[in-house]
Amino acid sequence: MSGAARHLYVHLPFCAHRCGYCDFVTLVGRRQGHGAYVDGLLAELELERALLADPVETVFLGGGTPTFTEPAALGRLLRALPPAAEVTVEANPESVTPALAQMLREGGVTRISLGAQSFQPRLLSLLERRAGPADVRAAVHTLRGACFDNISLDLVYGIPGQTPAELARDLVEALALEPEHLSCYELEAKPGTRFTHRYGSELERQAEALEGYFEQVVETLTGAGYRWYETASFCRRAEDAAGRDLRARHNLGYWLGREYLGLGIGAVSTVGGLRWRNAPRLAGYLEALATGETPPREVEELPALVREQERLLLGLRLDRGIELAGVRGALDRGALARLEGGGLARISLEAGSERLELTHRGRFLGGGVAAELIA
Amino acid sequence: MPQDRIRNFSIIAHIDHGKSTLADRILEVTETVSGRDMRAQLLDSMDLERERGITIKAQAVRVQWKGHQLNLIDTPGHVDFTYEVSRSLQACEGALLVVDAAQGIEAQTLANAYLAIENDLEIVPIVNKIDLPQADPDGVAAEVAELVGENAARVVRISAKTGEGVADVLDAIIERVPAPGGDPAAPARALIFDSSYDQYRGVVAFVRVVDGSFTTREPLRAMALGTRFEAEEIGFLSPTLRPTRTISAGEVGYVVTGLKDVARLRVGDTLTAEGRPASEPLPGYKDVKPMVFAGLFPTDSDDYPNLRDALERLKLNDGSLFYEPETSQALGFGFRCGFLGLLHMEIVRERLEREFDLDLLVTAPNVAYRVETPTGQLVEVHNPSEMPLEIERVEEPYIRASVIVPKEYVGAVMELCNDRRGSFDHMEYLSEARVLLVYELPLAEIVLDFYDQLKSRTRGYASFDYDISGFREGALTRVDILIAGEPVDALSLIIHRDGAYARGKALVERLQKEIPRQFFDVPVQAAIGSRVIARETIKAKRKDVLAKCYGGDITRKRKLLEKQKAGKKRMKQVGAVEVPQEAFLAVLNLREGGG
Repeated sequence: MSGAARHLYVHLPFCAHRCGYCDFVTLVGRRQGHGAYVDGLLAELELERALLADPVETVFLGGGTPTFTEPAALGRLLRALPPAAEVTVEANPESVTPALAQMLREGGVTRISLGAQSFQPRLLSLLERRAGPADVRAAVHTLRGACFDNISLDLVYGIPGQTPAELARDLVEALALEPEHLSCYELEAKPGTRFTHRYGSELERQAEALEGYFEQVVETLTGAGYRWYETASFCRRAEDAAGRDLRARHNLGYWLGREYLGLGIGAVSTVGGLRWRNAPRLAGYLEALATGETPPREVEELPALVREQERLLLGLRLDRGIELAGVRGALDRGALARLEGGGLARISLEAGSERLELTHRGRFLGGGVAAELIA
Repeated sequence: MPQDRIRNFSIIAHIDHGKSTLADRILEVTETVSGRDMRAQLLDSMDLERERGITIKAQAVRVQWKGHQLNLIDTPGHVDFTYEVSRSLQACEGALLVVDAAQGIEAQTLANAYLAIENDLEIVPIVNKIDLPQADPDGVAAEVAELVGENAARVVRISAKTGEGVADVLDAIIERVPAPGGDPAAPARALIFDSSYDQYRGVVAFVRVVDGSFTTREPLRAMALGTRFEAEEIGFLSPTLRPTRTISAGEVGYVVTGLKDVARLRVGDTLTAEGRPASEPLPGYKDVKPMVFAGLFPTDSDDYPNLRDALERLKLNDGSLFYEPETSQALGFGFRCGFLGLLHMEIVRERLEREFDLDLLVTAPNVAYRVETPTGQLVEVHNPSEMPLEIERVEEPYIRASVIVPKEYVGAVMELCNDRRGSFDHMEYLSEARVLLVYELPLAEIVLDFYDQLKSRTRGYASFDYDISGFREGALTRVDILIAGEPVDALSLIIHRDGAYARGKALVERLQKEIPRQFFDVPVQAAIGSRVIARETIKAKRKDVLAKCYGGDITRKRKLLEKQKAGKKRMKQVGAVEVPQEAFLAVLNLREGGG
């Protein structure tokens, strides 16, 4: 019997170097340990396989730097994972070689998410990124050479000292590579990182100036024919892409409030009213799985109302919004009326069902608007 | 005790000039308490008083010296309690005027000395702290002698700390202070000069018997208020309660009334016996009215019932405290309180916070206004938001302020007083170096930060005292603050027309900084009636999103949103605008220097 989770996330924590702004679960070096970790992932997959739907719709390998994983171990993992319509791997530009591209292709990978971040050497070094602008361009060419037709670029803006002109140049450079998809994030000063320690107060000072950067990103990319389909995500329009829907299907699963299984240290799963996060320690993870136990986890119960609240806050990130029927219990109708009146939210009728979505301006204020709308 | 062997006296002094130390020493020298029982500054029974170096409530202690009965009546030492001081002085025939040998005469010394002179008291001038290295006993003695019109040789020089000269003070009291007059055979009359509340025995009145005598169990009546009760116990303090059967003309003592409400027995009223009542009360009774008003709001609205209970309990011991419930749209439920003055307000606030563990928001204080409407109606306004929009005329309380400063600061003080709408009355050189400046000033100009300004402009050298001198008409106007077009009650103020623009502008600018940006532009305005005199705009937020959100982030994002939501609950809704309480606090709270 198959389960309900149509989306599978696999965490590969290894990195050549930990960037100062990163707060993900990462491990630097330890190449000789990669094989053992993959063994652990596969053991966890076996333990949880009953939770997965058949077939699985999407697989996402995130990190860390998945492409930094020792190639034999990575190949073995790819071959053992269930096949899916969309298989995405995150990659750092400097790790992309023709051999790697070939191996990913053969391993069934359909989509690459490339961590470009910026094209300005000065800003890249401030972020402690090892790839230069040339590496990004070379990586895209290599992937195109290996027939990858779905490439996403990650860009970061709001880097300390970044000017609007530099952001404009980054966008031009990124568009020149004609990616199918772009994810653009404002740099977050996450508590506890080296980066926040060093630049936190500077980021606070430029907070107001940064408001314009978000507008600049949205205007430039939509002007270039991209669809702003999620708060921080853009894809080529279906009509420009031979009818293909180029939204990230895996991530859409999160934003639509679907169930997903996560494997690996620090990975999060949400299945059947429960959410659990594997503990971040490698040793504990491997020890448990070696003896056939589930790894140490933190489990959180998600009552129906909480799931509904989450569907609301996630669904409002999407340009098409969310079906009203699924979030009624979590919705503050008075707040909705106010926000409708203020031109920030609207109800639309589509195929006989009511949808709640944010207006263009409302989407720029989506966080605060969601806080209002949740009862 | 025969009347000619009784002496009733007070000690008057500026803060820290040694009044309480001298009182303690008198109790020791007369062996009223043994040194072992001596608690420093015995007469000041409240911690707070000891800390602030002031005495809030007067009490009376009887001591024996060389075959005489000496009654020491303690007086409150601050301007806000002038009326109580005057009642205490009325109960005496003499006063010890204590001046610090190093500091010389201060504004408060003067104010109290004048009060004593007005009450026809025999003044015994005393220079204290002669043991201090920086003391100038001769110079200060000359200053004091000049003030009271005495020969400098008659100024008693003492050190209350070491006890030197204290016996001379007691001798001087017997020699110079007249014995009390009054007719022991006439119908009984006693002046109530203080009262306190005991939770088991009710209101206890401290009295000076003027005529006749009072006996335990006798039915009594307070003549001005008409309150009737039975004297459950009569006695004197020495220094603890000593019950006795009778107190007679000239003596000082206490009466346990059993009354449960302090408001029914007022300082200044006259007690008489129901059995053979006096026809005329003693002169001088006044109904003291609060002059300074402020809103007291609990920071946590759940504390409202606790604040109400605390005020009720404070009121038991403080008949001059006034309060009534107030609802502010900005600050929620609280009380509008009336105080005799600023110090009284500070004392009440500190007691509420310290003794009752309350966290309070106190609005900027304002004074009482007398308003005449165009229809001829007269109203007293205690809250700017209640000021009628249509006004024929407004009167505000004025004070007569005495400031004593070293002469080099005269210019600075005059400038300050002129800035605050003061009018110069006169100036006196008290000595070559020290000057007394007398100004008439609106009380409203004093209640905000006058003390602080005076201190900083004179490097702390100025001493200041005032008396309410009456109400006068002023060009006053009500300024409202509007957020997104909605007036905010707690921020309305009454101000002189000349200062309205600057004050309105400052408030609006402050609010613009304190109120977080909203989804829409929010105008913040200051207005007189419908005329806007200042405006700022809080620009709308352009961006409020959580950058990215994937499977691992959802719980964290949800919690962030919940926190944001909880934060909104603490906000005060002014029309469509959410204003954090902190914003009001920043603008209103005295401690923040706002207002």
